[in-house]
Amino acid sequence: MRSRSALLVLADGRLPTGGYAHSAGLEQAIRQGWVNDIDGLRDFLRGRLHTTGLMNAAFAVAAWNALEEDTPTEAAPTSTSTAESSTGTDILAEAALRDLDAELIARTPSPALRRIGSWLGTLMLRSMRSIHPHPLLDAFPKDLQQPIVYGAVGRVLGLSDADTAATVLHEAVTGPATAAVKLMHIDPFQAHGAIIDLAYDLDEAAERAADFGRGDPAEIPALSAPLSDFAAELHEGDNVRLFAS
Amino acid sequence: MSNGKRALRLGIAGPVGTGKSSSIANICTALADEFRIGVITNDIYTDEDARFLKAAGVLPEERIRAVETGACPHTAIRDDVSMNLLAVEALESDFDPLDIVLVESGGDNLTATFSPALVDAQLFVLDVAGGGDVARKGGPGIGRADLLVINKIDLGPHVDVDVEQMLDDAREAREGQPVLGVSRKIPETVEALAAWVREVHARFVKGDHTPVDPGPMAPHFHADEEADGGGYMHTHEEGEAAHTH
Repeated sequence: MRSRSALLVLADGRLPTGGYAHSAGLEQAIRQGWVNDIDGLRDFLRGRLHTTGLMNAAFAVAAWNALEEDTPTEAAPTSTSTAESSTGTDILAEAALRDLDAELIARTPSPALRRIGSWLGTLMLRSMRSIHPHPLLDAFPKDLQQPIVYGAVGRVLGLSDADTAATVLHEAVTGPATAAVKLMHIDPFQAHGAIIDLAYDLDEAAERAADFGRGDPAEIPALSAPLSDFAAELHEGDNVRLFAS
Repeated sequence: MSNGKRALRLGIAGPVGTGKSSSIANICTALADEFRIGVITNDIYTDEDARFLKAAGVLPEERIRAVETGACPHTAIRDDVSMNLLAVEALESDFDPLDIVLVESGGDNLTATFSPALVDAQLFVLDVAGGGDVARKGGPGIGRADLLVINKIDLGPHVDVDVEQMLDDAREAREGQPVLGVSRKIPETVEALAAWVREVHARFVKGDHTPVDPGPMAPHFHADEEADGGGYMHTHEEGEAAHTH
């Protein structure tokens, strides 16, 4: 039962990991006229789910699987002193994680998105080290992309790899859907309705992400969405913006 | 907490347009020769405040950094301090050693105060142009920030505000805690502000400084069907365990 509760905590948008400052490209998509109404938002969310959402979830699963199966899931209150311990580095598989990070970056053409992914990963790691002290998180490398960090967090919280993928997918659609109510004339109930309408797709994508992530990471498809990359680059040069991305 | 090994982290909060950025400029100008200072700004729209401070030339540009808060400046200093905490830590690490890091909140409302997880002390800025009665209204920032600044006191006659009355109201609302009337056009008031910062820093370095959280909620009502009258009014004294509402 622990993993179910931990899953809900990790997926909660109120978890203090800095994600609320980002719209996942929606703000710029609206600015460019690509998204104008609730139907546009539905399309945006569906697109995100099946492209970067699915790909990021697959990399979270790959990171989860790169870590040892017997990774202890109990909190270690004195973990600061164990950061350099051999246990920490053994279970870390740092080289494998860095390879995964390189694979994900290779599938992320926009330099802005790479920077944001690394910033959000560092934020999540920083927050989770305080929220749930653990040797694996203490020894985890900085500056990795957020999906890789999600994989480690899923491991230390005792989640399955598919549930870790579901969390990444959940964030991929709830982030922009909740940003939408601040960015466009839209009924907040409809915005959440759009998420519920995608429930089946999200569940199915979590399973597909798990399948991709359990195999050879080099074979994970490059499911990036070109307009997302353009939006991220355009957003960097936009001087009046509510969201950081 | 205050072991003197890292920089003193000082928060500056207050409503839009009261002069948070100019208070920071005042502090930097007055203390730049005495202390190594860094600044983190939180903007609603991108990095306006950071650019103002860089243009003011009060510090080397690279020691002023902006954090974007996704249309929610109060969240970034209270509920989810992760972005600011990481930014402060990065600044301290890049310019080690720093003596003081000033964190400027995005202009918000009267209820937003800094979390003790982010700053060691905080000052709250009002201005006379916002209305002479604002200080009387109280609230966590006005009532319990470490220092209340009433800014732009030179404008009193132009906006029909009795500055002395406003300062008296503020002192009453704060039950004797410090209040400073400041105008950048009256050098001795700027010096008084700098002296306060100097004194807090000295206490911090000696380890005598105890962070105070102005955040605890206002007096509130508990509906309790077993008590006579069906409920009671109370406040939370310092040190009293919080309860679930």
